[in-house]
Parts: sequence; C-alpha cells; structure tokens
Amino acid sequence: MVGRGLVVLIGAIALTGCVQIETPDKPIEINLNINIRQEVVYRLDGDAKKLIEQNSEIF
Amino acid sequence: MTGNDMMRVKMWKPTGLALAAIAVTAAVAFAVPSAMAQRDPAYAAARAAGQIGEQPDGYLGFATTPTPAIRALVQDLNIKRKAAYTERAQATGSTVEQFAFTSGCNLIANTRPGEKYQAPDGRWLTRDDSPPVRNSSCP
Repeated sequence: MVGRGLVVLIGAIALTGCVQIETPDKPIEINLNINIRQEVVYRLDGDAKKLIEQNSEIF
Repeated sequence: MTGNDMMRVKMWKPTGLALAAIAVTAAVAFAVPSAMAQRDPAYAAARAAGQIGEQPDGYLGFATTPTPAIRALVQDLNIKRKAAYTERAQATGSTVEQFAFTSGCNLIANTRPGEKYQAPDGRWLTRDDSPPVRNSSCP
C-alpha cells in the first residue's frame, strides 16, 4: 500500500513538472512574428522605393 | 537645273534642324518619363495645407475632417495606390498589405517639414526636421 502511494506521488510530481514547461512558449512566438515581418519589409524596401519614384503623381 | 539644286540644299537645312529638335524633345520625354510626373495641384495643395497626410499602412488619410472634394481626391489616389501595390506584391511574392506597409515606411520618411503623417499610435503629427515617428518594423 505504501509503495503504491509513493508511485502515485512520484507520478503527480512528474506531471506538475511537465505542466510548468509550457508557460514560456508564448513570448517566444511573438518575437518570431516580429522578426518575420521585419525581414519581409527589408526585402521589399528597394521595390517600394522604385515604385514610389516611378509613380510620383500618386504618391 | 543648278538653281533647282540650290533650292534643294537650302530646303534641307531647316528640315534637318526640325528633325533634330523633334529627336531632342522625344529623348527628353523618354528619358524623364513618369519620374517627373507632377502631383495634381489640388492634391499638392491639400497635402501642403496639412488636411491630408501619409498613414503607416501606405495610404493617404485625413488629418482633419475633409471636404467632399478632398475625400474624393484621396479615395481616387488610394485606389490607384492599391492597384500599384497589388501589381508589385504579385511580382515580389508578397501580400498587398506587406508591400503597402513597406511603401508607407518610405512615404512617411519622405514627408517634407510641415506635412502631416500618422504615428503608429494613430496620432496625426506634423513632420519637422527630426526623423518621423514610424513603426519599429520600418527599415
């Protein structure tokens, strides 16, 4: 009986440990989104400048 | 016969000059095509007066409540801008929003002192000699 109780206790501790790992996920995801966006903007910058220059009457 | 030949020679000179003039005019017209295209005077005036300005999304917006004429002017320009952004977005494999946003970064950077632009928080600011307040994703 004591042995079975110990196993349950260890299982419960292990489960608690697993749940705690999930929390830092969200901020990392937000940072990635900002990086992707900035990368796209840098890639398109030259094309955007050219478009503005060549269509100055609408800009 | 000699008289006729003389006439021909005389006639050639002005024609040659005229052709040269046409060639020069054509060369200028092609060398500086859309780059020198001017803003519509009504658009330039509304911009200079601070009634309209550049938004971070790449489109024009109203810094003050617009007259129907200014509203129509801005709508027309924004439709033309969207068409241009759409074409370039397809060519560069990006979305219209991404291309428009990148253009907006540049258009706000290009504003002249006294002109209006919208900050990322939505406030309409007047450009001065210092760099404009832009989205942190702008290059």
